[in-house]
Amino acid sequence: MLRYIAHRLLLMIPTLLAVSALVFLIIQLPPGDYLETLIAEMQSRGEAVDENQIAALREAYGLDKSPVEQYFAWLFGMLQGDFGWSFEHNRPVSELIGQRILLTFVVTFSTIMFIWIVSFVIGTYVATRQYSVSDHIATLIGYLGLATPNFLLALVLMYLANQWFDTSIGGIMDDEYRNQPWSIDKMLSVLEHLWIPVIVIGTSGTAGMIRRLRANLLDELQKQYVVTGRAKGLPPRKLLWKYPLRMAINPFIADIGSILPEVISGSAVVAVVLNLDITGRMLLDALRAQDMFLAGSFLMFLALLVVIGTLLSDLALAALDPRIRLGGGATR
Amino acid sequence: MSDIDRPKDPRDTRAPDKVAHFVSDAPFDPDVEVVLTEEQERYYMASQWKLMWWKLRRHKIAVGAGVFLLLMYLIAAFAEVVAPYELQHRDVRHIYAPPQSVHMFHEGSLVGPFVYGYTSKRDPETLEKIYTPDTTKVHRIRFFCAGGYRGAEYEFWGLFTGDFHLFCPEGTREPVFLLGTDRLGRDMFSRIVYGARISLTIGLIGIILSFALGIGIGGLAGFYGGWVDNVVQRVIEVLKSFPRLPLWMALSAALPAKWSPILIYFGITLILALLDWPSLARAVRSKLLSLREEDFAVAASLMGASTKRIIGKHLVPSFASHLIASASLAIPEMILGETALSFLGLGLRPPVTSWGVLLNEAQNIQVVVLYPWLMAPMIPVILVILAFNFLGDGLRDAADPYK
Repeated sequence: MLRYIAHRLLLMIPTLLAVSALVFLIIQLPPGDYLETLIAEMQSRGEAVDENQIAALREAYGLDKSPVEQYFAWLFGMLQGDFGWSFEHNRPVSELIGQRILLTFVVTFSTIMFIWIVSFVIGTYVATRQYSVSDHIATLIGYLGLATPNFLLALVLMYLANQWFDTSIGGIMDDEYRNQPWSIDKMLSVLEHLWIPVIVIGTSGTAGMIRRLRANLLDELQKQYVVTGRAKGLPPRKLLWKYPLRMAINPFIADIGSILPEVISGSAVVAVVLNLDITGRMLLDALRAQDMFLAGSFLMFLALLVVIGTLLSDLALAALDPRIRLGGGATR
Repeated sequence: MSDIDRPKDPRDTRAPDKVAHFVSDAPFDPDVEVVLTEEQERYYMASQWKLMWWKLRRHKIAVGAGVFLLLMYLIAAFAEVVAPYELQHRDVRHIYAPPQSVHMFHEGSLVGPFVYGYTSKRDPETLEKIYTPDTTKVHRIRFFCAGGYRGAEYEFWGLFTGDFHLFCPEGTREPVFLLGTDRLGRDMFSRIVYGARISLTIGLIGIILSFALGIGIGGLAGFYGGWVDNVVQRVIEVLKSFPRLPLWMALSAALPAKWSPILIYFGITLILALLDWPSLARAVRSKLLSLREEDFAVAASLMGASTKRIIGKHLVPSFASHLIASASLAIPEMILGETALSFLGLGLRPPVTSWGVLLNEAQNIQVVVLYPWLMAPMIPVILVILAFNFLGDGLRDAADPYK
C-alpha cells in the first residue's frame, strides 16, 4: 500500500507541472499585458505616461523577461507561497484569494457530501422498487436535473425566492461578516447560506449518481448470490445491505475524478449568479482585466483541488480493492 | 427404435401383412431444417445499421426526442420565416412589454387565435411603464401571411429579401409579442427563434471539430501504441483533471476583442472542441486496441489485408455507431458550454444572437424580478439538452444491435 501511495504521489508531480505550464500558457495568451492596458487607459484619460516609470514597473513585475523565465519565476514563487501581485487590486494575490479558496473548498466538499447522501438514499430506494411510480418520478426528475444548467437553476431559484418569500438567497454569508475575521457567528452564517449553492451545484451530479447507483444495484440484485440468499431466507434488509449495496456504491468513490471537475466548474458560474464569495466573480474579473497572476492562481488552485481529490479517490479505491493496490487489472 | 423403422428381414415370415418400410418420394433437401421464416430471414440478412434502426425505433422516447430535434433544426434553418419579426427590429413604443397570451374566444364567440392589445400607463412613482392587456382590442393572428408591417422584411440567409411569415400580426401597427420584448423593444420570440440558429449549430460544428481531433489523436494512440500512446494518455489526463468551465472562461477571455463576431463564433467553437476531444479520443483508442485483437481483424490480416483496409473496412465501421452515440451525448455539453460562456459575457457578442447571449440580459436579479420573461430562452435550452440526452441514450442502447 505504501508503495502504491508513493507511486501515486510521484505521478502527481508531472501532472501538476503540466497543469501549471498550461495555466501559464493560457494567462499569457492574450496579446499584451496588464501594463499595456494600464498605459492605454492612462493615455485615453489624457494623463502623461512616464516611460521610465513604466519600465520600472515592468522590471518590478518581471514582465521584461522572456516567458520561460517568467514561468519559472512564477512556479518557484508559488512553491514558496508567493502567488504574485494582483495589478487590479494592487495587493498580493495570496491576501485576496485566501478566504475565497477556503470557501470554495467548503462549498465543494459540502456539495460532494450532498451528492453522496441524496443519491444514496434515493438511488437505493428506487432500485429496490424498479418500475414503480416513485422510480419513474425519480427518473424524470433525474433527467431534468441533468439537463438543467445549474446557473439557470440558480437564476430560477433566486427569482422564485424573491417572488414567493420576498427574500434574496444570494451570498455565502450575511453582509456584515464579509470582511470580518473568522468567528463562530461567521461560520454559522456561512452554514445558513450554504445549502442553496450546494443544492444548485449538486443537482446534476446527484441526478447522474442516482442513475449510476440504480443501474449498478439492479445489476447486483439479479446475481445468483442474492437469489441464493433470498432462498436461504435472509431478511430483505440484510440481503440488501450485506453485499449488493456495498458493491453498487463503488462509483461513489471511483467517479470522484469526473464529478469533482464538474462541481468546481458549476461553482464558478453559480458563484457569479448567486454572488458568492468564492472563485467565480473574482476569477471572471481577473480574466477580463488580464490580471494574470490572480487569474493564474485561481486556475492553478482549482486544478490542484481536482488533482488532490482524484488522488484521494484513487487511494480510497486502492484501500477498498486489493486488485488495484497489487497492480493487477485495475477494474474501473 | 420402433418396429416401423426396422428394415424388413426377408426371412421373417411371421407377419407378412406388417407395414412396409416407408421411403419418401420427395426430393432430398438437406437444408429443410434450416429454412428460415420470412421474418427471421429479414432479421438475419439485415445490415448492422438496419438492425440499429429497428432497435432505436422501439425506443419511443428517443424517437420522439429525435423528431423534436429535427423540428428544432428545421426552425433554425427557416428562422426568418418562423419568426414574425426581423432579428434587430425594435418597437420603441413597446419596451419591456410582457408576453401576450393567445386566446380563441372573445366574449363567448369563436374568433380564432388572437391576442388582446396593450394599454400602457406610467407608474407615477417609479416612472415605470406598465402594460396591461386591453380586452376591448382584439388582434387576430394571421397565418402564412406576407408582411405589411414594420419588421417583416428579412434577408433569407443573406441571399434574397422576403416578407413571408408563418404567422404575423393583423394590422400594421399592433404587434404580436408572444414572449414579450426586451429592453430595446425587440420581440423575444423572434430572437429566440433566431438564437436557435447559433446555439444549435455551435454544437454541431464543435462536435465535428472535436471528432476530427478525437479520432485523429485517439486513432494515432491506439494504432501506434508505445510512446505515442503514453504521451496522448498523459495529455488527456491533464486536460481531464481541469475543471472545464474555468478553462473555457480563461480561453475565451483570451480571444482578442478586435475580432469580428463571426471570428469569435468560430473561436468559441474551437475552444469548446479543444476541451471536448479527450473523452472521444480515449474511447476511440480503447476500441481500436480491443477490436484489433478480435477474430475478424486477425482473419483479415491473415488474409493479407493492408492495415489501411483493416482500419477503414473492418475496425471503424464496428465502432462508428458508438461514436455517433457519444457524439449525441457530447453535443448538449457544448451547447451548455456556449450558453454558460455567453451568459457570463465571455462568449459570443451581439449582434450575434444565441440563447446564451439572450440570457445574458437576465443576469441581473433585479431585472429578472421585474421582467421574468427575459428568462424564456432557458426553456429551449433545457428542452434541447433533454432531447439530446434521450436521443443519445437511445442511440447508445441501439449502438450494439447484436446484444
